[in-house]
Amino acid sequence: MGVWIMTGVTFREAARKKMLWMALAAGGAFLILFGTGLHFQAKDFAAHGMNPVLRREMSFAMLTMGLYAVDLLAVLLTILTSVDTLSGEIASGTIQAVATKPVPRWQVLVGKWFGFVGMLTAYIAIMVGGVNAVTYVTAGVTARHLIRGCLLMWMESLVLLSVTFAFATYFSTLTSGVLALGLHGLAFLGGWIEQFGALTQTQPAVSVGVVASVLMPSEALWRRAAFEMQSPLANAMRISPFSTLSVPSKAMVFYAALYLAIALVVAIRRFSQRDL
Amino acid sequence: MCRASDLAIRTRRLRKVFSGKVAVRNLTLDVSRGEVFGFLGPNGAGKSTSIKMLLGLVFPTSGEAEILGRPAGDVKTRSKVGFLPEHFRFYDWLTSTELLKLHGRLYGMSHGMLRERVPALLDLVGLAPHPDKPLRDFSKGMLQRIGLAQALLNEPDLIFLDEPTSGLDPFGRRLVRDIIKAQRARGATVLLNSHLLGEVEITCDRVAFIRDGEVVETRQLNGESEEQITVSIRAVHVNAEVVDGLSQWTPSVRVDGERLTLTLSSNALLPEVVRYLVAKGADVYEVTPQRLSLEERFLQIVGSDGGL
Repeated sequence: MGVWIMTGVTFREAARKKMLWMALAAGGAFLILFGTGLHFQAKDFAAHGMNPVLRREMSFAMLTMGLYAVDLLAVLLTILTSVDTLSGEIASGTIQAVATKPVPRWQVLVGKWFGFVGMLTAYIAIMVGGVNAVTYVTAGVTARHLIRGCLLMWMESLVLLSVTFAFATYFSTLTSGVLALGLHGLAFLGGWIEQFGALTQTQPAVSVGVVASVLMPSEALWRRAAFEMQSPLANAMRISPFSTLSVPSKAMVFYAALYLAIALVVAIRRFSQRDL
Repeated sequence: MCRASDLAIRTRRLRKVFSGKVAVRNLTLDVSRGEVFGFLGPNGAGKSTSIKMLLGLVFPTSGEAEILGRPAGDVKTRSKVGFLPEHFRFYDWLTSTELLKLHGRLYGMSHGMLRERVPALLDLVGLAPHPDKPLRDFSKGMLQRIGLAQALLNEPDLIFLDEPTSGLDPFGRRLVRDIIKAQRARGATVLLNSHLLGEVEITCDRVAFIRDGEVVETRQLNGESEEQITVSIRAVHVNAEVVDGLSQWTPSVRVDGERLTLTLSSNALLPEVVRYLVAKGADVYEVTPQRLSLEERFLQIVGSDGGL
């Protein structure tokens, strides 16, 4: 019961503090901009009588670019909105009146976690759906495996959410934010090193990328999502900057799921055992 | 000596160390059910940390703590406990009604119960005209009042009030006094942590003076006192031998002409002392017990440095 009460409070807080609405408004502005750009691009392709295959691939590249931007927005939204919920309430003492109620501490944490999961699920579904809808209407293409890709992007947010929660049970808001963003930055850099390593067939560089993904699998999930969603030709030809030259394996996806679960368990254990 | 089941709070050698710094050294305390108990001590004496250990917010380094017969921190027991933190913080985007409903639901109260209880509590703390006002628009005193209402939601058996009069005007302070009285009449136990000694003196049945995380002294405030008293006696024909004989009741006697000043461990010893003096041939003209006020005793214990 305590879980759902805290989930409701967290969701309501996001709505009442206008976090959710602002994120959606910014997302809406992004979709308008994206759609406008895509519309003129498609018009230009038609005017120049571009080869339909090339036109389709260019539209796919635009779609992947749009999804990449959504992924980045989702990553930032995940970390920036959730980082203060535990450490901020611990520092201010807000948590004291809640943690002295007949509700186990794990329920307070898991309830908050579910609240953010709900918010992120809505955001990712709307934004990924929106980008695909805009691309379909203007250029006639949609992601190859939309649901699979969307779930992988969702999972990436959940990994970051759980890691941010775990940090927030140990450190202050600012430190937790820096650590979570820093860890994702490490994975991001590792991902690009791995890509270039694959392009130049430099095995040590690929290994560096794999190690970075083991340390934080968030970026690997995006690359797997991109692989699932973009056209087979782009994947094969390695022509786009978002192409996945070195595709994270399914084992990496399972590892990310395990990573997510462990981060959440660490957060629960630490929150249950620490002084408030 | 109370049986453990009669105690609302029981601690034994409770200790808390934060990163090598001792916050609570050795807290041994019994608070009976139905008692209004005051926690007094200078800043940094460990009062708030002790309360947090009793509520399960802070984990003790060593020692034992029980509330309502169950180990401190027991989740089920919390349904019978109310708590007003020293600096009550809250979700300020909620209205006063929403805040009480949220906390009521965390107590496991049904919507039906809350429909009756929330307006009644808002009325009790003088916030009935502001049921839908967001807390971010509340004054400090209003926030303290809503915090107090939150602590009473579940009609608790044990209530911890950490500086409940902080930020309140005289009307608010009177309200707190009346609420504490009403809780005592209901049979609840109240642990009151306050710097306002006058409030404590009026409200509490018993107080504990805390310094460096230890109970230095407990003192009964209502009814017959078993506490140490200082007595001033004016008598003549008191020789050195008679004064020496007083050592069976007191370790120190100050003689200043006809006036003897001595400290007794209990008021009950006073008739014996007077009988002794008269039996030894002294003419006793005046016996004045000098009870130290709570403030004098507080300053005596805390010292001139204010505990800093």
